[in-house]
Amino acid sequence: MAASSKKWLWGLLAAAFLVPLLRPVLPDIVSDYRLFLVSTMMIAAIAVLGLNLLTGFNGQISLGHGAFYAVGAYTAAVLMDQANWPYWATIPAAAIVCFIVGYLFGLPALKLEGHYLALATFALALAVPQILKYKWLEGLTGGVQGIVLNKPEVPFGLPMSEDQWLYYYVLIVMVLLYWGAANMLNSRSGRAMKAIRDYAIAADTMGIDTALYKTVTFGISAAYTGIAGALSASAIAFVAPDSFNIFLSIKFLIGLVVGGIGSLAGSVVGGIFYVLVDNSAQALSTFAKNDLGLQFDLSAYTVFGILLIVLMYLMPMGIVGGVYYLVQSMRSSMRGPQAQQQAATQKQHATR
Amino acid sequence: MRTNRRMFLGGASTAAVLSASGVSFAQGDKKYSDGASDTEIKIGHTNPYSGPASAYGVIGKTLQAYWKYVNETQGGVNGRKINFISYDDGYTPSKTVELVRQLVEQDKVLCTFNTLGTPTNTAIHKYMNQKKVPMLFVATGASKWGKPKEFPWTMGFQPDYHTEAVIYAKHILANVKDSKIGVLMQNDDYGKDYWEGMREGLGKEVGRVVKHVTYEVTDPTVDSQVIQLKDSGANVFFNISTPKFAAQAMRKAADIGWKPAQYLNNVSASVATVMKPAGFENVQGVLTAAYLMDPTDKQWDDNADMKMWKEWMGKYNAGASLSDASNVFAYSVVSLMHETLKKCGNDLTRENLMRQAANFQKWKLPMALPGITVSTSPTDYYPIQAVQLQRFKGETWELFGDVMHAEST
Repeated sequence: MAASSKKWLWGLLAAAFLVPLLRPVLPDIVSDYRLFLVSTMMIAAIAVLGLNLLTGFNGQISLGHGAFYAVGAYTAAVLMDQANWPYWATIPAAAIVCFIVGYLFGLPALKLEGHYLALATFALALAVPQILKYKWLEGLTGGVQGIVLNKPEVPFGLPMSEDQWLYYYVLIVMVLLYWGAANMLNSRSGRAMKAIRDYAIAADTMGIDTALYKTVTFGISAAYTGIAGALSASAIAFVAPDSFNIFLSIKFLIGLVVGGIGSLAGSVVGGIFYVLVDNSAQALSTFAKNDLGLQFDLSAYTVFGILLIVLMYLMPMGIVGGVYYLVQSMRSSMRGPQAQQQAATQKQHATR
Repeated sequence: MRTNRRMFLGGASTAAVLSASGVSFAQGDKKYSDGASDTEIKIGHTNPYSGPASAYGVIGKTLQAYWKYVNETQGGVNGRKINFISYDDGYTPSKTVELVRQLVEQDKVLCTFNTLGTPTNTAIHKYMNQKKVPMLFVATGASKWGKPKEFPWTMGFQPDYHTEAVIYAKHILANVKDSKIGVLMQNDDYGKDYWEGMREGLGKEVGRVVKHVTYEVTDPTVDSQVIQLKDSGANVFFNISTPKFAAQAMRKAADIGWKPAQYLNNVSASVATVMKPAGFENVQGVLTAAYLMDPTDKQWDDNADMKMWKEWMGKYNAGASLSDASNVFAYSVVSLMHETLKKCGNDLTRENLMRQAANFQKWKLPMALPGITVSTSPTDYYPIQAVQLQRFKGETWELFGDVMHAEST
């Protein structure tokens, strides 16, 4: 099992690195726009991964990760705009700033559990766009006007388009971050994080410093999402408070739930899902109106909502959980009844 | 500021771009850029149909209704059907970038038209000019859309907020003795544009502003701000607010017995959505500047343009509100785009499109106030620059004075 999934992973990675090289050969299929779209998906996947570390692996709910995304984006934008930092150097800076902000926010959050924490983070997401407009910060943030940036330039004179380079840049950052997250989760600290999620009191009794782990997890989670924000500032080449409204936080959460809570692969699927559906919901609604002869207007958000409900009903464990379950049940029906029980127990482990 | 900008002679780069294919083609010659063909012209558009600014969604719907009407009744423009692709960006700049890239690179539109919002257009400004795709008649009143020298592919439409505020400032200085000005401002880019225009218009007299208060779009009321303004002893009230808040502020001012000379921004000049809710008895004598006719103003009932518009709305845009000024705006701007495409003839290249857009001489814009016309040139990317002051009297606006051109301010 493990070996075959490793093979898959390497295959996917190889494809991710090689396919964009086909751009000169197949300019219509591997177009700049598609590469850009995949880049935004990967950025979303990083943000969702950040949220997953907190919610999926540590059991703390956040409705406000858009705030950390905004902080990361603005940290990068201000450094590039005011201090002329190169774009790649802003990634660690954004990570550090967001880690500190997340850690500090995690301290009072210790007293808040479940729904109360969700509300507190929600407030944070509402406050950040306003803070960015605040007049004392305006010199830095550009206030409501935002900051116009330059797109990352192709280094070393490589024969690539800007979007191709952006793709590789985001891909490399994403692979590093996923590798880091996978290692962390497999370590003692990762097991401690998960133990707190599963049963905080038991974890405490085992000698785990729950307060420390919770706040540090908050910080790391914020740092991941902040890096995604910094990448998006480079990709979009513009930041403005309007880009970081409350829907952004909600979309991260949707991506997380749809992809699969507590699953690394689920975060990638979630990121891809929310960019794809966000973009195609409107196309679907016009399709329903014009081609299916629907009498009234169906807003894009309605389509988005319906899709979500259907998905939640059919795959309550998210797409990754659902697919895994399907594969397992197909295998066991081929193997015969005696293997079914084994598969069922395996499934329970896998979906956790 | 405006006059200075004007004085630049030309902008050699623009001239170069616009005359790159400058030889005039014989009428029969057909030339196309991406997005145009013998049968079709593709035009891209983004607009918030959802999210906090979704009230502007009606503009997109009216634009769609207009192109549908053109396709059905006239067979398109010069025999080519208009394929108008409109996407919902939810007023989110990052989303606008994604969608406009989709329009330009996947859908391959000839141009974008009337993309809405200041932050959203800022996000795509550079991109469109790098790609050399026309970005015509953007729906925002910011003053940065008419710079043919740096951005030869972007053109604005409406008189910008900055110029409008300059006009008010001049009027205050000329007509109100010992003016002490109180300013109520929505705290965003639109509010700031007006505020900077006012400061520039006052010039040395900027000290006459005795109080400047702001509110957020999310605030429930502006009552406390209005009380602060009254307490400052101001005798002029410059009201930079969107319809809901404008009505609240004027009503509150009357309630607390504050009777300043009032200047209301054009954004909130609608009779039905602002003046009536504020109470007609409370808004007598309020001043504003306008460039389009207000459909709820009775004085235009017999105007030929207005009749035509109402008939068109009933026939081709049924269900849309006849009192929403956004529908007038949309009709007006789309008529200008229609005319621009007609003028292009069979040369539907991006260069020619810009050349034609920058070649209007006193064109009579449907639904504009009498005397207000569209004029553009390779160095003038502000189609409408004239406004006329009007004063509220009884239940309608009463125009007074001359049509004012930005140059004359």
